Amino acid sequence: MIAEATVLDALSDVRDPELDEPITELNFISDLRVGEDAVDVTLRLPTPFCAPNFAYLMAHDARETLLSVPGVREARVVLEDHHTADEINAGMASGLGFENTFSSFEESEGDDLEELRAIFRRKAFVSRQEKLCRMLLADGCSPAELAGMRLDEVPRSGAKDKYLSRRAELGLDISAEAPFLVDPDGRELPDDAVMQHLRFARVTRLSIEANAGFCRGVLAARYKDVPGIVEKEAML
Amino acid sequence: MYEKDGEKYFVVDGHVHYWNAGPDNRNKYGKMFIDCFYGYHSSLSPEEYLWDEEKFAEYSEEAMMHDLFEIGYVDKAIFQPTYLLDFFPNGFNTTAQDAVLAEKYPDRFILNSSFEPRLGELGLAEFEEKHRRYGFKGVKLYTAEWHEDSKGWKLHDYWSRRYLEKCQELGVTNIHVHKGPTIRPLNRDAFDVADVDHVATEFTDLNFIVEHVGLPRLEDFCWIGVQEPNVYGGLAVAMPFIYSRPRYFAQIIGELLFWLDEDRILFASDYAIWQPKWLVEMFVDFQIPEDMQGEYGTLTPDIKRKVLGLNAARLYDVEVPSEVPQEEPVMAGSEPEYPERPL
Repeated sequence: MIAEATVLDALSDVRDPELDEPITELNFISDLRVGEDAVDVTLRLPTPFCAPNFAYLMAHDARETLLSVPGVREARVVLEDHHTADEINAGMASGLGFENTFSSFEESEGDDLEELRAIFRRKAFVSRQEKLCRMLLADGCSPAELAGMRLDEVPRSGAKDKYLSRRAELGLDISAEAPFLVDPDGRELPDDAVMQHLRFARVTRLSIEANAGFCRGVLAARYKDVPGIVEKEAML
Repeated sequence: MYEKDGEKYFVVDGHVHYWNAGPDNRNKYGKMFIDCFYGYHSSLSPEEYLWDEEKFAEYSEEAMMHDLFEIGYVDKAIFQPTYLLDFFPNGFNTTAQDAVLAEKYPDRFILNSSFEPRLGELGLAEFEEKHRRYGFKGVKLYTAEWHEDSKGWKLHDYWSRRYLEKCQELGVTNIHVHKGPTIRPLNRDAFDVADVDHVATEFTDLNFIVEHVGLPRLEDFCWIGVQEPNVYGGLAVAMPFIYSRPRYFAQIIGELLFWLDEDRILFASDYAIWQPKWLVEMFVDFQIPEDMQGEYGTLTPDIKRKVLGLNAARLYDVEVPSEVPQEEPVMAGSEPEYPERPL
């Protein structure tokens, strides 16, 4: 018998590529059934018209992740309440792959989704880096110091762990002596470019976070068991 | 007109709809579409402004006139048609539907239209005919709209450029582009604003107003906005954050002011998704939180006046009453010196 906690823990590694947050925290899992050697997961999204490409990626990633859990021989992932639910569910059940799943749609251009995934990996990396830099600057680091830091000189924190994981996903060096501040292609930034780089990175981070807030709110409006987002934040 | 603390604000709502999404005019996709809108409405509106789903799908002329002009402080409202004929057999809100109200209240509404590049040569003649009939200065384009087998198009496609040339010829100078919650294309990013960049460079005498300020791809939009002086940001969908997520709203406005400038941001409610009354009231009361002012500065009444109405009035040649103070446009942009695109 597989423990439900183990399954949930595994699923917490599956992220919405656009929002860069785990599907478990986003409340995208509406049902989970764990049997002898099989797991059934039902996914839900904020609207019926959420982008099918991202929906497909999450369903696909969830299935792959479940199959990597020891003892799981069968993993069924179903998407509910979505305008392409039939296509995606059929694709998942038969392991068709994205291309074949949507082969009847004219605008599918023959690329697979890896290019799209790569764009959002870069965005996630930049956004996590900006968050970490923001903390370091608030602690008194200067921009020039940031540009000269090695990874092991950055104090440990949850933000650093997330940054390292996004960095590793891009295939960049995460060894202790690697330079901390690099662009998504791994190139070091000159001292005088740090603030410009962070200025743009800040909009990327803002965009992802604001979008995540929007999606959470719409999901909560759709499914009554999801907590809402209207928090009258302190304005000071 | 809205007045608060001795300041007067002329209000142009840059994005309103008079839609019909009732049960008699929708297929299953149409139902999903209006459900999607209802999700936006119900998740980001203050409770006292919430409608039930039935009213939301099909509201009356009286409700619209009341919400915009009787209590909503709006001086002029711009109709942005959304056809969606594959979802709504008679259209969601077509130029003809909107024209019923626009012709009844000509001092209140500005009527925009739309074009469908996939109709080719035939559509071009129809577009010209429509312009002769309605005489609009702007179009709203929905690049992710379905049409027969096609599930979307790009602004720099051949036929789209032919229609944009026709816009130049007819004096249709304001091209509103919907880049927001949509569906397609499948294996690309449906929110991708790169096609705006292409046409903004090619058609420098047209203004491209990116609706929803490119959210959730704000960074890509800002990057285009900083390079193309004829690119504007419409605040529909970003506005309601002012209530539920005020700190995010502050950052969004702050970034837009930095990357674009105060002359290229346009207020919009996206009525009936949200109602202008509370948006206008909250925006005039709004200030960047103190701990962010070092990064973003503050919002002055002059900046708010531009965003709420003066910027749109300039694009649409709307006469602004002399009692409303008008600052000269700065038209600066911030032009940061990146050697190349940073992402």
